[in-house]
Amino acid sequence: MSSNTYSLSGRKKTVSDKKLTWTERIYLVAIFKGMMVTLKHMFKKKVTIAYPEQTRPFSPVYRGRHMLMRDDEGRERCTACGLCALSCPAEAITMKAAERKADEKHLYREEKYAEIYEINMLRCIFCGLCEEACPKQAIYLTTSKQIAKADVTRENFIFGKDKLVMPLEMAIHNTKQQNQA
Amino acid sequence: MKVTIDGHEIEVEPGTTILQAARMIGGESVPPAMCYYSKLEGTGGKCRACLVEVSKGSEADPRPMPKLMASCKTGVMDGMEVKSISSPRVLEARKSVTEFLLINHPLDCPICDQAGECDLQNLAFQHGKSQKRYKEEKRTFEPEDIGPNIQLHMNRCILCYRCVKTAEQLTDKRVHGVCGRGEHAQISTYISAAIDNEFSGNMIDVCPVGALTDKTFRFKSRVWFNKPYNAHRNCPTCSGKVTLWMFGEEIQRVTARKDEFHEVEEFICNDCRFDHKDPKDWVIEGPRKFEKFSVINQNNYTKKLDKVVLNTEEHILAGREQDRKKISMKDIPYTEHESKE
Repeated sequence: MSSNTYSLSGRKKTVSDKKLTWTERIYLVAIFKGMMVTLKHMFKKKVTIAYPEQTRPFSPVYRGRHMLMRDDEGRERCTACGLCALSCPAEAITMKAAERKADEKHLYREEKYAEIYEINMLRCIFCGLCEEACPKQAIYLTTSKQIAKADVTRENFIFGKDKLVMPLEMAIHNTKQQNQA
Repeated sequence: MKVTIDGHEIEVEPGTTILQAARMIGGESVPPAMCYYSKLEGTGGKCRACLVEVSKGSEADPRPMPKLMASCKTGVMDGMEVKSISSPRVLEARKSVTEFLLINHPLDCPICDQAGECDLQNLAFQHGKSQKRYKEEKRTFEPEDIGPNIQLHMNRCILCYRCVKTAEQLTDKRVHGVCGRGEHAQISTYISAAIDNEFSGNMIDVCPVGALTDKTFRFKSRVWFNKPYNAHRNCPTCSGKVTLWMFGEEIQRVTARKDEFHEVEEFICNDCRFDHKDPKDWVIEGPRKFEKFSVINQNNYTKKLDKVVLNTEEHILAGREQDRKKISMKDIPYTEHESKE
């Protein structure tokens, strides 16, 4: 069998050289057919939205920026156990532990706390394994839409505790809501 | 004497305990031991974690022993048959013992420096239940200072008495012991006397839980972030063979080398343990190896990898000789440059 008679890919088309008829030559029919396709699309449902005025709903399992939680007394939950850093497949998390002093009992929940806690947002893949590994329910991936602000230096993408820890006002607000409920 | 443990037969000396015989066999049938320590005399018989079923007493008296026996204290008899991991009764008993040991344990592993190399953690992981039934308040003690090098967390103690035996047998004057009875029993020094013996640091290595930890390593790092190395130095008081726990160029902790049953191979002195944290003091031999399942192996790339060698025909990319002959265009030059020549 020669290669002219069969197609390996199954997509082979033989090109014919036949002459166009008069109706085909004036193109009016073809143009009308094409315009019909355009017209049909004008009455179809739009696939785009007017962002940023409109936004799409997020998936219920959406994982955004991390937050280090505070408990209902406003103390930091994290004890720098290192399990989030251990579970992190991108090795984005680093931390340094410190011992809580006697006058810091209102700041940190446990004897040990994270003095430095850094997440490299350029390395993070937002898999949520840190949240899963945390034994103290300290780290959560929020539904925050902004993951990290655009920047030009790499250092600014290493988020420290100043950006990660839950703001105190939020903790106060949460506790108030809990008490009402 | 012939003894059979989980179907494995072994010939042992008279006077060997079941636990020692099981350790000679090795593998899964070795009962866990929280209080028994082969290097220290008089340890064992307290934690009951090593309970085994003796299904045949001996050749002379083949009746099974009615109750589960503590394998660290039971000597072998000729023709004895022991079931360790193959007996559901033993597994059930280990679950219960773990639950008992954890009754007063604070479960503060995220804070504890022993986490990752803790015998109780391993026991609970392998034999424990995931729920607790104890609703009452756990026993707590006031934190006590027992010197500049050793940190005592009495809440975590399981009262195995290993540290007491260490102090008794390694040093000439013991200053700490167990005070109180029952629920009030606690490891303590008499009127908070500081422990300052030359070999007192070995209590840290001997402790199966995080009750006695290194104060110079307190909260510095977690064990799995450190890189462990075997190292030695010329020490006048001890063998000087240690494991260094490094973080970058910094020595964060020095411990004795522990064998596969987490027992110290050679006891080291406090001088080596606490005062030599400069890498220049040590001769590093190489990375320290741990069991396969240990968390310490995380992110350690010490496994030896051979260079990949492709065992293929020599001219595989050029093609076989007989095939090359078939290529008809071979004589026509490939590039313009070639054709000009």
